[in-house]
Amino acid sequence: MAMLEVNNIHTYYDKIHALKGVSLHVDQGEIVTLIGGNGAGKTTTLRTISGLLKPREGSVKLNGEDLSKYPAHELVYKGVSMVPEGRGVFAKLTVEENIEMGAYIDNDKARIEHNKEGAFTRFPRLKERRKQVAGTLSGGEQQMLAIARALMAQPKLLLLDEPSMGLAPILVDGIFDTIKEINKEGTTVLLVEQNASMALAIAHRGYVLQTGEIVLSDKADKLAKNETVQKAYLGID
Amino acid sequence: MSFFKDLDLRKLGMQLLVASIITLSVSAIGMVELFGGRFVITGLFTMAQILFLGPTAFFAYRAAQEAPAGKKWLGLLKALLLGVGVGIVMFTFVWLAQNFDVRSVFINISPRLINILSFEHAGGATTLFLALVGSALAGGALALVPDKLRKALLLGASITLLVGLLSEILAERLRSLFSSQLSSAIIASKALQVIPATVLFVLVSAISYLRQSGRIGTGKIGPDLKPSQAKIVRTALISLLLLVLPMLLGSYLTEVTNNIGLFFLMGLGLNIVVGLAGLLDLGYVAFFAIGAYTMAALTSTGHLGVAGISFWVALPICVAVAALAGFILGMPVLRMRGDYLAIVTLGFGEIIRILALSDLMKPYIGGAQGILNIPKPTVGDLALIRPEQMYYVILIGVAIAMFMSTRVRDSQIGRRWMAMREDEDVAEAMGINLVNTKLLAFTIGAGFSGLAGAIFASKLGSIFPHSFNLLISINVLSLIIVGGLGSIPGTLVGAIILVGLPELLREFAEFRWLAYGVLLVTMMLSRPEGFIPSETIKRELHAGDEAAEQAG
Repeated sequence: MAMLEVNNIHTYYDKIHALKGVSLHVDQGEIVTLIGGNGAGKTTTLRTISGLLKPREGSVKLNGEDLSKYPAHELVYKGVSMVPEGRGVFAKLTVEENIEMGAYIDNDKARIEHNKEGAFTRFPRLKERRKQVAGTLSGGEQQMLAIARALMAQPKLLLLDEPSMGLAPILVDGIFDTIKEINKEGTTVLLVEQNASMALAIAHRGYVLQTGEIVLSDKADKLAKNETVQKAYLGID
Repeated sequence: MSFFKDLDLRKLGMQLLVASIITLSVSAIGMVELFGGRFVITGLFTMAQILFLGPTAFFAYRAAQEAPAGKKWLGLLKALLLGVGVGIVMFTFVWLAQNFDVRSVFINISPRLINILSFEHAGGATTLFLALVGSALAGGALALVPDKLRKALLLGASITLLVGLLSEILAERLRSLFSSQLSSAIIASKALQVIPATVLFVLVSAISYLRQSGRIGTGKIGPDLKPSQAKIVRTALISLLLLVLPMLLGSYLTEVTNNIGLFFLMGLGLNIVVGLAGLLDLGYVAFFAIGAYTMAALTSTGHLGVAGISFWVALPICVAVAALAGFILGMPVLRMRGDYLAIVTLGFGEIIRILALSDLMKPYIGGAQGILNIPKPTVGDLALIRPEQMYYVILIGVAIAMFMSTRVRDSQIGRRWMAMREDEDVAEAMGINLVNTKLLAFTIGAGFSGLAGAIFASKLGSIFPHSFNLLISINVLSLIIVGGLGSIPGTLVGAIILVGLPELLREFAEFRWLAYGVLLVTMMLSRPEGFIPSETIKRELHAGDEAAEQAG
């Protein structure tokens, strides 16, 4: 059984029909990517999965349990963490405070400390800057911080919204390496990206979203070779 | 040319202009005249002289400070130029006022004012000119003094000035605690005598200087105390001081302290709502009113009293009712942020006040006539009538509220509030239930305010709707901002400055509110984080400075 199962969801912004029956699934241990152009509904899909938006039709199930009855903030308790688009770090808090905030649902001090050390080992840059205010970090460092913070809740499923947005190419490589590493350590990842070539390079499977509908889905390497995908998203003629 | 560049004439001109305008204004609005006979230090100088010489000295100091390093003498030149400039302006002003009658327009420019400005003797315009140049040079010279010494001197001068201003109250205290001989030896005709003033100035400056050099009192109380033990000793000392405070202060000052205490209590509550949770509430007085009216209705022995129960039984009920009101107000405004929330809460505050005034509620809470005959709290058979007795009730309330505030701030709930203040969406993604978190902030904040209101009603013995106007909300908001948003000691300092000082400086009549306004504006410009800021706010407002420092 799939870990995350999204079944025919229709989401609206008032009268605008943003998702027209999106279905996808993510299996335990996978990296699945959702690619598509601007306005295709990638972020809307992610926000619907995380409960920030409610679908008018269809269901989102995690290990068979319907998620739509839970408000967004309870999803963390179900093992789903999200890194929002545009990073969304607490700009006025320090790096360390941001990371601690990620362990908000955890009451075990020792475990929090252990996870914090883990985060600092994974991102030595953050350790150097633990007392610095998050708003003064560079874009790449803020993205690292947002990921480190999401991991503090020890999620089973990590939802990433455009982690490469606004980053220099060299930093993008680093972030994607980290995602791969996190996945190897046992966290399932659903990755929404505009940077299709990078996303497909690390993902196991991928979905292509166009104006609110899934138009293609396949193994990542096959999608990368698909002519339509190459033309539309990879810039290869 | 670099000489003129270093002199920065443009900026100097601006400072000259501002100094002149301030000096002219304090003269023309009647402040100088009002304080012409009010000595700060007996026979030496008056309040008026501080008013018309002070601005020049201050701006000369600022101008001199901006002189480039290595050319400090330029600072003195700048100060001199500024002094001469203001001197010419004021000289002309006095000459004009002596030769032309402008009183039909500026009624405050009276012969008396001119006498004061010209140091009470003919041809005094020249003396005024020289005095202005002198104070400018003094200001300029201060900029050349080493940092530590300057801080010490300024502190000494401010403390001496403050004592001089409050000398009347102080004299009364000295008389009743010690003897009238001692009192009149130190303070005569509302002002400090020259010798005690000098002693005070030297003493404060010396202590401050030595402390800064680390030679005495660097935080250690005894030689062999561990930090934890030192903390216990400190807490014990403060508690002891707080317990005997009413005896030292006497009735009047205790009454002032009680008012500070009540506003501090409200400030602690609003600090949770605005400072920690970031929800701008402009109708905070509503909960104060609800607490007060609940207390009044429950305990009054008049015809509007419904239960006639004692203060102590009614108190928790008042807090609960106010907290419930906070909860109820919280619900419709859950989805609002920032400005919209401010407007809605503003409306709520007014609704409560108008409801209290209305005919609809008149049979229950008395309309404009209010509720009378509210009994004082009693302990055994003793009714707590005097301010010195009421003080302990307020002290207990404040102690409980402070304890709760600190614990809540440092708990998981405090974290939730701060996360919500920073970014609601991210907070939600972190697993924080925004609905509960917001309602909790409103409820606890309202509860504190209700506690203050309940004590207020009992302290006054009667309450009227006009005691609960918008100004209270604004005042509480100002005091937590001036003190330092999110900071508990800051709230206390804010309450002392914005509630205590205006009360103590009653002789300044309506000029108190001018000073109040000036203080708020200067604070926001020069120290927007407040007197004792919390770490986060300080970082936020000075993040730019640090970045600049790192870059430079």
